[in-house]
Formats: sequence, C-alpha cells, structure tokens
Amino acid sequence: MEAAEIFARLTAEVGDAVSAFTALGTRDPFCMVAPARWHDVAVLLRNDAALQFDFCQCITAVDWPKKSILQMVYHLYSYPLRHSFVVKADLPRDNPTIQSVADIWMAADWNEREQFDLLGVGFLGHPDLRRVLLPDDWVGYPLRKDYKEAAMYRDMPTSRPSTLDLLVVYDRATPAEKQKAMHPGAGDEGEQETTDE
Amino acid sequence: MSEVIFAYETSGEEMTLNMGPQHPSTHGVIRFIIKTDGEIMHTAIPDVGYLHRSIEGIAEKCTYEGFMPYTDRVDYVCAMTANHAWAAAVEKLADIKVPERGEYLRVITDELNRISSHAIGVGAMAMDIGATTPFMYILREREYVNDLLEMICGARLTYNYHRVGGVGWDMPTGWRDKCLRWLDHFEPIIDEYNRLICLNELFIKRLANLAVVTGEEAISYGMVGPNLRASGVDFDVRRDAPYSVYGKFQFDVPIGKGEMGTVGDCWDRYYVRIEEWKQSVRILRQAFDQIEKTEKDFWNHPKKLKPKGDAYARVEAARGDMGCYVVGDGTANAYRARFRTGSFNSMKVIQDKSRGLMVADLVALIASLDIVAPEIDR
Repeated sequence: MEAAEIFARLTAEVGDAVSAFTALGTRDPFCMVAPARWHDVAVLLRNDAALQFDFCQCITAVDWPKKSILQMVYHLYSYPLRHSFVVKADLPRDNPTIQSVADIWMAADWNEREQFDLLGVGFLGHPDLRRVLLPDDWVGYPLRKDYKEAAMYRDMPTSRPSTLDLLVVYDRATPAEKQKAMHPGAGDEGEQETTDE
Repeated sequence: MSEVIFAYETSGEEMTLNMGPQHPSTHGVIRFIIKTDGEIMHTAIPDVGYLHRSIEGIAEKCTYEGFMPYTDRVDYVCAMTANHAWAAAVEKLADIKVPERGEYLRVITDELNRISSHAIGVGAMAMDIGATTPFMYILREREYVNDLLEMICGARLTYNYHRVGGVGWDMPTGWRDKCLRWLDHFEPIIDEYNRLICLNELFIKRLANLAVVTGEEAISYGMVGPNLRASGVDFDVRRDAPYSVYGKFQFDVPIGKGEMGTVGDCWDRYYVRIEEWKQSVRILRQAFDQIEKTEKDFWNHPKKLKPKGDAYARVEAARGDMGCYVVGDGTANAYRARFRTGSFNSMKVIQDKSRGLMVADLVALIASLDIVAPEIDR
C-alpha cells in the first residue's frame, strides 16, 4: 500500500486522531497522531487486514526545545504486505507522556525504556518502565538538548582533564599540583577522607 | 519439545545468581541476574549499559562526516555495515548519489565483513557450549578476511572505510585476485566446518529444540536478520527492500527449516549463519565480476553537507536489519541520530525465553542470538 492510501485508511477508521500527512520528495512519508489516542491507532495499524504493521522497527524521541516539544517518531514495517509507514507525535516538553504500545509490539517494551532513559518520555501503561542503559540513580536525561552533566556521580568525577592541558601542567607544576590536576575533585576536603566503610 | 529423560524435583528455594558482567560467554560486558531453583532458571534478567558510550549523543557533536569513525564502535564485529547504515541514512537525508563503483566496493566489504562476523558468531557459539577447537579453525579463516580488509582500508577491526557519498579509497592493485583466490579456498572450508561441528551428534543434542522462538513471536520481538530467518520468516533487507546494488545479484535467503528439531530453535539460528556464508560467497563472486565494468569514480564527495529534515535507512548487517535514523536541522552536525540494532531487541527474547531453561542452556541461547554488547549499549 502507498503511504497516502495508508493515511486514508487510518482517517476512515479513527478520524481526527491522525492528521497532517506529509510526503516530501525522497523523505519517508509520515503523519501526526494525537498522543492520547496513539494506542487505538497502534492497534488499528497492527491488526487491520489492509495495514498489518507487525514490525515496530524503531522508536525515537527527538527533543525540540525551541518549539517546546518532544517529538516521538515510530517507524513501522509490515512483513506480510512489505510496506512501511512513519507516525509522529508531539508531546509537551514540560510533561512528555504518551500511551505505551508494549502490549501490541513486544519490541516496544525495551525501546520505550531506552527513550525513557535517555530523553525522559513517560510511557503510560508500560509494564516495567525503568532506566535501561544508565544506572537507576542517574540524574537527568542525557539526550535532551539542555542536559548538563553533574560534575560528580557517587563521588566519582564524570569528566577527565584534557591531556593537552595536562602537558602544560606537567611542564611547570609542583608534584602537589600535578596530583591535583590528575584527580580533580579528590582530596578537596583535606586528608581526612574516611576509608573505613 | 525434547523428551524428558530424568525427573527433576524443585526444592522451592530460589537463589539469585549474577552471571557477568565479566563472564566469557556473554560476549562483552552484560550482566544477567538469574533467579534459579537448582539448575532450572525462573528468570534471567539482562542488565545492560556497561558499554554505554552515548554514541547517539556524540553524533550530535560531530559533523556528518566526522561521525563516521564512531559508527564502527556501534558494532565492532561487523563495523562495515554500521558504516554503511550511517552513510546510507545521511545520503538519503541530503539526497546524494553514490557512484556505482563506490556501491560495489561497499557491497564487497560488507559481505567480507559478514563472513568474518558470522565466523565469530558460530565459532564462539561452539566454544561457549564446550567445543573449543572449531573456534580456532574458523578464526584462521577470519584472519584472512581481516588481512584483506586491512589491505583495502588499513584497519583490521574498526574499519572507517565508507564515506558519505562513496568509499574512502579504491581497491589496491591485485586485491581483487587475492579475494577471489581466498573465496576459492574458503568455500570448501564451509563443508569441512560442517563435518567438524555443525552436524556433530552431541552439538545437535545440545541445541535442537532449545529456546524455540516462533515466527510470529520473532516478528513481535523485533528480532532481525539470521535470528528472524531461523524462525522461518522469509525476509532479507538485501532482497526485499534492496539498497545499494543488491538488486543486481542472484542469491538465496536461507531460512530455518527445523531439520534437527523445531523451526526457530538454537540449532536453526546457528545453521542459518553457515548457509549465509555460502550466499555471501555467491554475492562476492558476482560483485567482483561486475565491478570490472564500472567507471573509475568511487566517491562523490559532497562539498556542502547541511541537510534539513529526517531520514531512516536500513541495511542488512551481520546481526540483521540495522536502521539508522538521522534528523538534520540545516547545520553541519546531525540534530539527532539513532541506531536501531538487532542485539538490543534480542535482550527481551532472553528475558522471556530463559524461563525454565537450565543455566548451561542460557549460554547456548545467548550465543545463538549472536549478541554483541556494544551494539546493545551504543
């Protein structure tokens, strides 16, 4: 099925839950979906005899702070009918939530967890929404455009000094200064660090 | 299912075991939290992220071309196809045409890399379940591939050969003949390898009927490539959604037939890779034949690369359909990049299919999915 026909089929079934069909040049054609009705649309995409999108290829969230939205992008493919389609949903950036589709495509389970982990999208009704790549106590969502990494994580520095800077230090510094440059953050409290834990 | 040959009584006590992160059979650093009652597992929960380098974040900080060497690290066992996925996505985004010779060189390096990657896959699988020797035999063949790829791009593992708009260099003088000579040498080795391990009675007993994934499940799990085909789904991106010059070659797509047990068991996942070697050799021979007739130009170097919009490209990597999604905002850097990889989706399969397996069989399941840790974590 051509993308325009797929969109027409969707409009006929779910009406205004889908909108703004766009097909430009060689780009993948896509349509927008209302986040609150995404689950219904997904069920239709998966089960309709003319659509049969059984493969959820890719779930991506893209951060657009200037437009103040987080955009979800779902790439779908149908093995029986060999056609593909892209669905996008705009979520408000201050409260980005969308319905989970983990019960429709099992692949969505871990992929949604990853987007939650890196961009902080909340998936309503997800069975196991935990961080997947980062540690559970990590603060913030690294792939958001305004993310600032904390200097320390569990008393470990999250960055290292540039080796080019270190070369200058090595030429001129005293041993104590060298030590400090190598281990920033360590030893600031003096030598009374507790070692017995 | 295999017949029950011994009675097993559960004690009702659950024990929690940590397998990994530094366990030799996890193929990189992954941890499995295993809840087990004696030998029978209740569940194995994958804990990933030990190799997370935020490659997608790095992509936003490099230029489109400058990001190419990082794509090798997405999947270091099959780096060429990761190169290819990124190049294809950016080319689709910026609407760049690749010269024909460039496409042929891409296909040739992809297929050589696929052979070497499957060599690691099947060799390590045999080793994981206790047969050390086949790994050594097949690693010898992989060394030849590494030598050939070193000749064309200078690296043995992380290649950085493909470029946006083509490839970095033409093939060196005499390289084509060396490759063809090696193909003549390699083809009989596949049969030798079959005699050595694939059709070995003990090997089959260990793998047949183990952790069966049906075709419908495999699609829903998002399994791709050899793992999907082993479950009987006849789909290959190279044939069914052709990219590059794959449309010009004759080749078959091997699928799992359940010869030794059930369709979609561990042995099928293993044997599909062996069959794919033969098809890769076929593609390579045709590509080396056809590349002779192409023009000299191999790289259409884009002068200005500041695309706007988004594009999704998929290529058939050794671990299956690798997708790359790029968003451009009209600057020299990508606004967002995303790699969709086979190993990441396989994690859920392990989580679900490990129930009721033995601990030793978990190792076979992990190996049969041909998991590579950096591809999970990126």
